[in-house]
Amino acid sequence: MYAQALNAKDLTPLQAEDPAKLAAFQARIDAEEKIEPNDWMPEQYRRTLIRQISQHAHSEVIGMQPEGNWVKRAPTLKRKAQLIAKIQDEAGHGLYLYAAAETLGVSREDLYDQLLSGRAKYSSIFNYPTLNYADMGAIGWLVDGAAIMNQIPLCRCSYGPYARAMVLICKEESFHQRQGYDIMVAMCRGSAEQRTMAQDALNRFWWPSLMMFGPHDSNSTHSELSMKWKIKRFSNDGLRQKFLDATVPQAQYLGLTIPDPDLRFNEATEHWEHGPIDWEEFGRVLAGDGPCNRQRMKHRRQTEADGAWVREAAAAYAAKRRAKAERAA
Amino acid sequence: MTEAASPLWEVFVRPRNGLAHRHVGSLHAHDAKMALQAARDVYTRRGETLSIWVVPSSAIVASDPGEKDMMFEPTASKIYRHPTFYEVPDEVGHM
Repeated sequence: MYAQALNAKDLTPLQAEDPAKLAAFQARIDAEEKIEPNDWMPEQYRRTLIRQISQHAHSEVIGMQPEGNWVKRAPTLKRKAQLIAKIQDEAGHGLYLYAAAETLGVSREDLYDQLLSGRAKYSSIFNYPTLNYADMGAIGWLVDGAAIMNQIPLCRCSYGPYARAMVLICKEESFHQRQGYDIMVAMCRGSAEQRTMAQDALNRFWWPSLMMFGPHDSNSTHSELSMKWKIKRFSNDGLRQKFLDATVPQAQYLGLTIPDPDLRFNEATEHWEHGPIDWEEFGRVLAGDGPCNRQRMKHRRQTEADGAWVREAAAAYAAKRRAKAERAA
Repeated sequence: MTEAASPLWEVFVRPRNGLAHRHVGSLHAHDAKMALQAARDVYTRRGETLSIWVVPSSAIVASDPGEKDMMFEPTASKIYRHPTFYEVPDEVGHM
């Protein structure tokens, strides 16, 4: 999901951990105790969390761009206000998550620098363009729907600050998904042209949404340790299945066709089954060669540079006030 | 980057009168006024707040988790501090 690129290599080798400490740590995890910032933790646990939480934060921040594309062209004032509220939430989610990552001993500036320099990844889904307004519906319904599947179990993640940030995020994410589906319902009940737009949005966002859950379990190298440490509670394929079972009936209600000729309901397992996922496309997008990767990063860097004077002014003003107070004292 | 990193603040909100301020997270800001404004934007977007406190993280003095046994164990061994330690005669009834 937001940690699709966890397999990236570490530059510094890990030191061997003290077996006694490791066993005590695992016992706490197994007893469902939360790990808090100042507690002892294996270096690998810390690194995995920093990477996962920061990738999640970067995803929230970059995730504002596909939706930002439609703020000025939203069809009504109501839809515009909803879209702005949703985008503001994404910024907030990014901040909760950067704050959670900082409790592990990294600075937000460092993490941000990793994003801007291209060393850190964010979710593949945000590298797809938003070509028609119905994409706002599809993103809320499918992308935020997929995110919720992933995030609800993260509320019980073994690392306290991450779990607490996820509780805040999940409360708000539910609004995102429902407002997205509300757009889809409105468009599917509208004119033939609106229904075509809705179908077009589903066609483009369906497969990238399924890819959000990451590689199949058989190819997911870091999963086992993350499960053992309860950073992760369900496997990629398990979450993808839950998403599929929840979403197919919602598409049927809308009268839309899911763009998968192999999609079928398995009577024996009572689960929906999807056709093969194009993992080559997934790999390409994640590696930086998706439809919008360059545009997203260029925009993010430009925004960061454009805002530099504001941050400098805030720092200068605070320094001036401090100096004044010290003189008066 | 030549920008000065902004200090970290801890944010506490009181959701309703009658409840204590509760820690909800942290944020970066250059001064108290901006910290308060950012706390409002980041932590109170759903109208769940009557009051916010922001405290510089550096001002918080915390106990060391490594010393938790020394700090907190004595309360577990002093069972006579709990009401259930004392038996009230049945004839007396509820106390």
